[in-house]
Order: sequence, then structure tokens, then C-alpha cells
Amino acid sequence: MKVKQISIFLENKSGRLAQVTRVLGDNGINIRALAIADTTDFGILRLIVNDPDRAYRVLKEAGFTVSATDVIAVEVVDEPGGLAGVLAVLQEASLNIEYLYAFLQKASRAALVVFRVEQLDEAIAALQAKGIRILSGEEVYAL
Amino acid sequence: MYWDREHETMSREQLRALQLERLQLTIERVYRNVPFYRQRFTEMGIKPSSVRSLEDLRRLPFTTKQDLRDNYPFGLFAVPMSDVVRVHASSGTTGKPTVVGYTRNDIYTWAELIARSLVCAGATKFDVVQNAYGYGLFTGGLGLHFGAERLGATVVPVSGGNTQRQLMLMQDFGTTILTCTPSYALYMAEEGQKMGLDFKKLPLKAGIFGAEPWSERMRRQLEEKLDLMALDIYGLSEIMGPGVAMECAEKQGMHIWEDHFIPEIIDPATGEVLPPGEEGELVITTITKEAFPLIRYRTRDITRLDPEPCACGRTHMRIKRITGRSDDMLIIRGVNVFPSQVESVLLEFGETEPHYLLVVDRKANLDNLEIWVEVAEHMFSDTVRKLEDLEHRLRERIESVLGISARVKLVEPNTIPRSEGKAKRVVDRRQI
Repeated sequence: MKVKQISIFLENKSGRLAQVTRVLGDNGINIRALAIADTTDFGILRLIVNDPDRAYRVLKEAGFTVSATDVIAVEVVDEPGGLAGVLAVLQEASLNIEYLYAFLQKASRAALVVFRVEQLDEAIAALQAKGIRILSGEEVYAL
Repeated sequence: MYWDREHETMSREQLRALQLERLQLTIERVYRNVPFYRQRFTEMGIKPSSVRSLEDLRRLPFTTKQDLRDNYPFGLFAVPMSDVVRVHASSGTTGKPTVVGYTRNDIYTWAELIARSLVCAGATKFDVVQNAYGYGLFTGGLGLHFGAERLGATVVPVSGGNTQRQLMLMQDFGTTILTCTPSYALYMAEEGQKMGLDFKKLPLKAGIFGAEPWSERMRRQLEEKLDLMALDIYGLSEIMGPGVAMECAEKQGMHIWEDHFIPEIIDPATGEVLPPGEEGELVITTITKEAFPLIRYRTRDITRLDPEPCACGRTHMRIKRITGRSDDMLIIRGVNVFPSQVESVLLEFGETEPHYLLVVDRKANLDNLEIWVEVAEHMFSDTVRKLEDLEHRLRERIESVLGISARVKLVEPNTIPRSEGKAKRVVDRRQI
């Protein structure tokens, strides 16, 4: 039920993001979702790709500082209050969200949201208990 | 005008005779009381009685900062701790500082030499000395302080920083002599100008500026902006602190007080003594210090000795402005900084082969230190909070080791230039 996310340390200077995407493109790796967290000095680029193990390897070989982190991809009903319902479940279970971001997705009735929480297994159990669908890694990579 | 006419103007022959007598006593004393020196001398087949002339000095071994570190903290002291009335400390090359000690007589001598130095700048007991060198482990503050008191001047022990208060006291107390780093003096001048302060209307007459390298260009700026005579003072804690050498009103180099210190200039690569007038590394032997005598201490400061007589009448040789270092030490806001100190902190943080760069800049006369650290995989965290926390902890630790504030900037791998496999550790963009 866990999805492997690739994170890359980027200095805030021009051309770095382009460089990452070029390396991935040259290696035939497709980006499924991305988010950037940034401060005045640096940023962390988070990526969901179709082949995380290879993405990790090629980026590392290209000289980037890379790490792999487990996250969960949750299907959220695409209607007002959809996300609120998911967040309420996590809140009830006292699970802190470190960050979340939405998926780039082709037309569909459901939205996908990526969550990073400290206690992944507890979060998965709490969400599944409420009938919320969590996508497996294979499903996500193949999207 | 002299503070100690007899010593400051004694003939070269008398001075040399005095130096030899004091050198022999010092050698005798360190041989007897400092195991480190007895062992070094014995290894080299030297007995105190082998030093028969000043020329024999060059046969003695050097003392280096590493030796001080190896004997941290008090191992090189030549007197029991009951005779040590004060210690000071300066930056070591890693986490541990370099510690120096003083007997009551050492403090007295130091005050005497500072009094001489103040008189070089025309000071008398009627002067108000605003001492903006830092007080504490750093020798600048207390060193100047005791000398100014010895002279009988009125000391304002304001210490460094708090520029608004400095400028207020300067006006209200009628400061006539300002003592601080030259860059801080320029900063004060510019802050004062912004406040509409007219320095020409203040009674300032001289500034005694040291603890960092400066230039004739800065002298012109200081003299014009502050309307005073700007003079250079030299010293290092290992030898005593400020007041080892002091410029007179002729402004042609700093008289090194040769009745207490014997200077030599060596080729830093070979250790050979260079002929008078040639540029090289300054080596100093202390010949009156009791608690912490040093034989042929390698200062790492690059300068020249000028043996020509000075128009002021003082017979002591002059050292020229320090033009550089024979090691990688930086002086930032008057504080000595070694890149290896930063490295030791990164090693503490689990870096096995740290890649870092010290970037120094001077903006509005204030030195800024930025430390770039390449983010290795094991330091990298996926969350901003953890990375910011790492930055924060690195900064606090580096500040505590260096004794000055610094900005830590996390950078990508391979950002820091490497030349022939060896990383460049310092980029100094300051124009002095």
C-alpha cells in the first residue's frame, strides 16, 4: 500500500529543476506527480515516477543528493468536502501529516492525493477502516 | 614623547646586550621548567649554555601552534598555576582554543608596553580612551584596558558592539582615543555620519586600530571620516596580546618592543632566517615573559623588518604591515578563524569527508561569514523542517567553536570547486 517517492535536494538557482527533468527524460522515466517545498536557500523536489528505483539510480549518478521515502496515495472523491473527509480520519487517529500534494491525473471522477505521515502503517489502517481507497505502488507507477 | 625613554631609545648595542642577557635567562628557565622545551633541546643537543650570542638563536627549534595544541591547556606554562594570575585564549585550529597565561609581572609588563604604545599615538593621562575591543578571553579588551590605566588615562571599557551606544558615549564623554578593529571604526564612522554626527567637532585625536589586517587606503578613510590619526597596532595572544609592536606618528611601520621580544623573519618553506628587509614569516621569541615564554614562535604572519632608524627617535626595529599568512587562517571581525575548525564541527555531525567552503565578504565595513556545506545523502532529509533544523544546529555549533556568527548554507554536491582533488576551503572577497 506504500508508494516510493523520490526526493531531490535542490539549491535555489536557475536551471536545477530543468536538469533533473532532463536526466529523467533522457532515461525514459515518466513523472506522475511532483511537488516542491522550498526555503530561501534550497528546495526539496518530491517526485512520483513510473520507475522509482531507476530514477533514484540515474539521479544519483548525475550527482544529485537523492533519497527514497515511502508515502501513501489516497483516492479522494472529487467533490466538495472530499479531502476534508480524509483529513478528518487522520486527525481522529492523531496522525500528523508532514506534507501532502495532489496528483497530476487524466480526467477521472476521483482525485489522488499523496500523503507523507510519520506512522504510515497506522494511517493506512485508519483510512482503510473507513473504506477509503489507497492505491498500491504498482497501480500508481502504472497510471 | 616617550613612555619609557630609557628602553625605547637605548642604543642598538645596549639593546642587543640586554636581549642576549634576557634570552639566556629565558632559555635557562624554559629548559628547567618546561618539559617540552627540555626534551626538544636535548634531542637537538642544545644546552642553555650553548646560547652564547644572539646569532645562536637561529639554532634553536621553532615553536608552532600545533605544539600549543599538543600541550593544551597549560602544558607549556613555566610557572606553577599558583603564580598564574590570568589566562586568555584564542582560536585553535580545531575545537580547542589556544590558551595563554600571565603572572603578575607579565600583566605589569603588558600594561607597560600598552602604555608605550598609547604614548606612540600621543596619549597622556588627560586622555579619554574608548576601548571598543572585546573584553573576555580575547586579549584585545583587557590588554588595552590595563595599559591605558597604567598610563593614567580615563578608560571607557565599552567593549565591542552596540554602535549607537558607542557613538553616544563618544560624544558625551569626550573620547579622545578610540581603540578597536579598523573595520569596526569605519563602520562607526559611517553610522555616525548617517545620524548626522560631525566628527570634526568631536575631540577625537587618535585611533589605535588592530587585530586584523588593514591598508593605507583604510587609513586615509579612517583619518578623513573620523578626523583623527589612525595608527596600527600588532600583537597576538600567544606572544602577549596587543602591544607587541606599535606604529608611531611617523606611520612607517610598527616598532616591535625589542627589549621584550626578539623578531626574526624566516622563509616559511625552509625555516631559513632571511636577511633584514626581506619579506617572510615573522618569528618571535619572548625574553621577559614568566608564565608562558615562547622560543621562536612561528606567528604565520607575513611581513618585513625595517632596521633603519626612525625619525621618532625610538631605536626598536619596525615591522611593516602584515601582508598575509603562511597558513590558511582568516581574521573575521578581529577573530582568528581556521577552516579546520569548521571541518571539526562537520566531523562531529558525522561527515566522513566534509565538503565545505568559507565565503567571507565585507559589506558596509562589516565582515560576513557564510559557510557552504554540501548536503551528503546521509544528511539529507525529505522534510524542510529537518533540513532547517540541521542548518540551525550546524550554525549554533560553528558559532560556538569559532566565536563569531556565521550563516550556514546547504548546497548541492559538487558545488564547491575542487582543484586536483583537494577542495578549496576559502573564498575571501574582502577589499581591505
